[in-house]
Amino acid sequence: MSIAATQKRSFGAFLWDYLTTVDHKKIAHLYLFGGGFFFLLGGLEAVVIRIQLIKPENDFISAGFYNEMITMHGTTMIFLAAMPIIIGLMNAAMPLQIGARDVAFPFLNALSFWLFLFGGLLLNISWFTGAPDAGWTSYASLALDSPGHGIDFYIAGLQIAGAGTLMGGINFLATIVNMRAPGMTYMRMPLFTWATFITSVLILFAFPALTINLFLLMFDRMFGTAFFDVALGGNTIIYQHLFWIFGHPEVYILILPLFGLFSDVFSTFSKKRLFGYTAMVFATMLIAFLGFMVWAHHMFTVGLGPVANSIFAVGTMAIAVPTGIKIFNWLATMWGGSVRINTAMLWSLGFIPSFTIGGMTGVMLGSAVADYQYHDTYFVVAHFHYVIVGGTVFGIFAGLHYWWPLMFGRILHEGMGKLTFWTFFIGFHLTFFIQHFLGLMGMPRRYWVFLEDQGLDLGNFISTIGAFFMSFGVIVFLINIIYTAVKGEKASADPWDGRTLEWATASSPPPYYNFKQLPLTRGLDPLWIEKREGNGKMTPAEPLGDIHMPNGSFTPFLMSLGFFIAGFGFIYQTDNSLWHIALFGGMAFALGCMIYRSIKDDHGYYIPKAELEREAD
Amino acid sequence: MTDNTNTNTVNAYNKRKNKEEMKKQIISFALMIGLTLIAFVVVATGSMSKMFAIPVLFILALVQVAFQFYYFMHMKDKDHEMPSVLIYGGVWAAFLTLCGLVLISWW
Amino acid sequence: MSQDHSLYPETMPQHPERATLEGKNKFMGLWFFLGGETVLFACLFGTYLALKDSTAGGPSSEDMFGLGLVFIMTMLLLTSSLTSVYAMYHMRNNEFKKMMLWLGITALLGMGFLGLEIYEFAHYITEYGFTFRSSAFGSAFYALVGFHGGHVTFGICWIITLMIRNAKRGLNLYNAPKFNTFSLYWHFIDVIWVFVFTVVYLMGKVG
Repeated sequence: MSIAATQKRSFGAFLWDYLTTVDHKKIAHLYLFGGGFFFLLGGLEAVVIRIQLIKPENDFISAGFYNEMITMHGTTMIFLAAMPIIIGLMNAAMPLQIGARDVAFPFLNALSFWLFLFGGLLLNISWFTGAPDAGWTSYASLALDSPGHGIDFYIAGLQIAGAGTLMGGINFLATIVNMRAPGMTYMRMPLFTWATFITSVLILFAFPALTINLFLLMFDRMFGTAFFDVALGGNTIIYQHLFWIFGHPEVYILILPLFGLFSDVFSTFSKKRLFGYTAMVFATMLIAFLGFMVWAHHMFTVGLGPVANSIFAVGTMAIAVPTGIKIFNWLATMWGGSVRINTAMLWSLGFIPSFTIGGMTGVMLGSAVADYQYHDTYFVVAHFHYVIVGGTVFGIFAGLHYWWPLMFGRILHEGMGKLTFWTFFIGFHLTFFIQHFLGLMGMPRRYWVFLEDQGLDLGNFISTIGAFFMSFGVIVFLINIIYTAVKGEKASADPWDGRTLEWATASSPPPYYNFKQLPLTRGLDPLWIEKREGNGKMTPAEPLGDIHMPNGSFTPFLMSLGFFIAGFGFIYQTDNSLWHIALFGGMAFALGCMIYRSIKDDHGYYIPKAELEREAD
Repeated sequence: MTDNTNTNTVNAYNKRKNKEEMKKQIISFALMIGLTLIAFVVVATGSMSKMFAIPVLFILALVQVAFQFYYFMHMKDKDHEMPSVLIYGGVWAAFLTLCGLVLISWW
Repeated sequence: MSQDHSLYPETMPQHPERATLEGKNKFMGLWFFLGGETVLFACLFGTYLALKDSTAGGPSSEDMFGLGLVFIMTMLLLTSSLTSVYAMYHMRNNEFKKMMLWLGITALLGMGFLGLEIYEFAHYITEYGFTFRSSAFGSAFYALVGFHGGHVTFGICWIITLMIRNAKRGLNLYNAPKFNTFSLYWHFIDVIWVFVFTVVYLMGKVG
């Protein structure tokens, strides 16, 4: 159903529609709003951290609360804001880009979302009883001794949200492998689709390590096992290895989709084919491949020995090569093109220098000897904010501006978009550039306060002012969303003179079946080819016929609710064995939903040909 | 409709093909049992030194697993390119994980 | 047009499990899931290998493990892998009853395996006082072998649900992919067991 149609119905029907939807476009909306909510929460936490550090020996919040803030800021931003929003963008665009009517497993897609949402809620409910406080990495030795239930919430929340992400990855892989429209060969896929594919591979191989690690930590904390208990022969280094075997691919999971997105944006707004398409695809693969072999660069100071450190240092620096290929290809794409600078393009242009700075500090950190100096200082904080904010967040904003018409049928206001960009861009560099120097001067990360007259006062003050600029930018963006929803410019099906299939549907947002007839792809940038040859729209690859659609289902919501309840059971069963009721009850309920889903035949339904003919475009 | 499904009338060509496939799978099974027996005998009799036995056991396991994947799970057939890519990717990630945990977790 | 997934003898595809898009998706999805499972078990194997000598004064692998029981367990699981191959063979020949029979045998062999595993764990706990709390070795052992056992349990529940659900319906293009995905999963469990008996039991016995 189109948005206009849903708005006429009652709010209850609208809500029920979203609670039971399996349509990838609506799940994209859910992911965006879920992820956006957690992004605001994580942003608020960041502002609190910066206010605490605005002056020496500040007592805005207590030390314990500060630890909770930094832990929740990192965890929320990575697992509950950046990844879901990225998965939301993938859901919105990827099936359309390959000319598919939905993802391979629409039911699983909904389940992925509800697992993420309930996992995120579970994690954030810990604010009422004491949040996790062992850093976003939650290293075992520290996490085991953390009193209260904060870490338990971290474990349960991430376990549930992580399961959802893993399913999402498998879903996207199966979609891209099986459901490309006729003519859409692998080497004709838009770069964003390629990036989705490769990111899904990374999710598939990285998340199991997190799952196991969280299980081990959970058993140690809740059931008295000895994986990390040194007294019984345990080894906490195992936690670090497993965490970073997951954690390093995770940072590529955060950035690669946006690399793909920038490629699409640059080529669309330069009116040029992407420069070095093949090189871009293989550079993405190479980054993913190398990304799996460098996890120990997070552990240089653990004492793995010079041989291991050297191997991982060389591997780390090697990643700069494919990343450099990408940067130059983006520049070459714009070179000689008829470049149109709008908000999406501004974010993409801002990304290049910002991310390059982050990449260069990455090479500096990759040097094992020098890392002994940088380790756990603000230099590291500056580095990863340059890549994650300068890459991922900029990319998300570029993607939102680029695909807002596709997702909501309206174009975001350009003036406010530019205001957001400039305030956020300036604020970002104010906040984080100075942190490189704070780090080099020796300011350690995760410390609650710093002392006066150690050369850190001014830098921290500037950094906090920058954070206010960024907050202002985000608030303008929120106003922009509301303004656009109320009186924004209605978008045509192809507002940007696009090149790829997501702009080749009948309208913006696309009809719920996406394509009346699957389009025939005749090369890279299929829509552009048809425009160049004067057709203006895609040639259908099949005669008009009945379209098979999946049925909506409320089961994903209920199943996730079951795991959510079981999560509480796991967390509190150490206090009172009555909580076992929640544990087993929740699990039984979730498994019951699974069995129900398994035994109930769900053949979907057909949109009859006659109805499609009536909706003539 | 459902009555039809139980009548056994697959075309003769496919049937013979399935039968040949089955023969190969039984041979694989016999080999797998044989490999398992060798592995257990090696350990039970203690006929090999530790340094020698561990690689041998490991190779026996790998060969057996290859039979499982290629014959029992049909990874040798066509249309299994993507599954192979992802399984080998998983094996590679698994190999790196094992290297990390076995080689560099104690010093 | 109505939805008709029944198999007609004259249109019987050679691969009923992959004849529909949904079947193809299930087939790919399960393979990809197995790719992820490879890493999942690698993490457990890695943890086990790193901690196998950390007995904290308790019993070690050489003290406890007996080869006889493990050998029987291995044979049960390997045979169950073959029986599920037979089931898929009959599925391709559209012989529903024989398929169900072989799947039933697969489930029984799986249950036999699981029974022996429970007996084994109980034996270690009562005879040696060896639990997952006694040492890091204990934790890692029960985590790895138990995780595999959990997969076997899940597989048995899966196939029994499938068999009961489809007992009266015969084979069609809607449920053929479901049986096929189970069979792939079951083979994978067997693959993991091959490494479990090699790495945990045989290498544990060698020292």
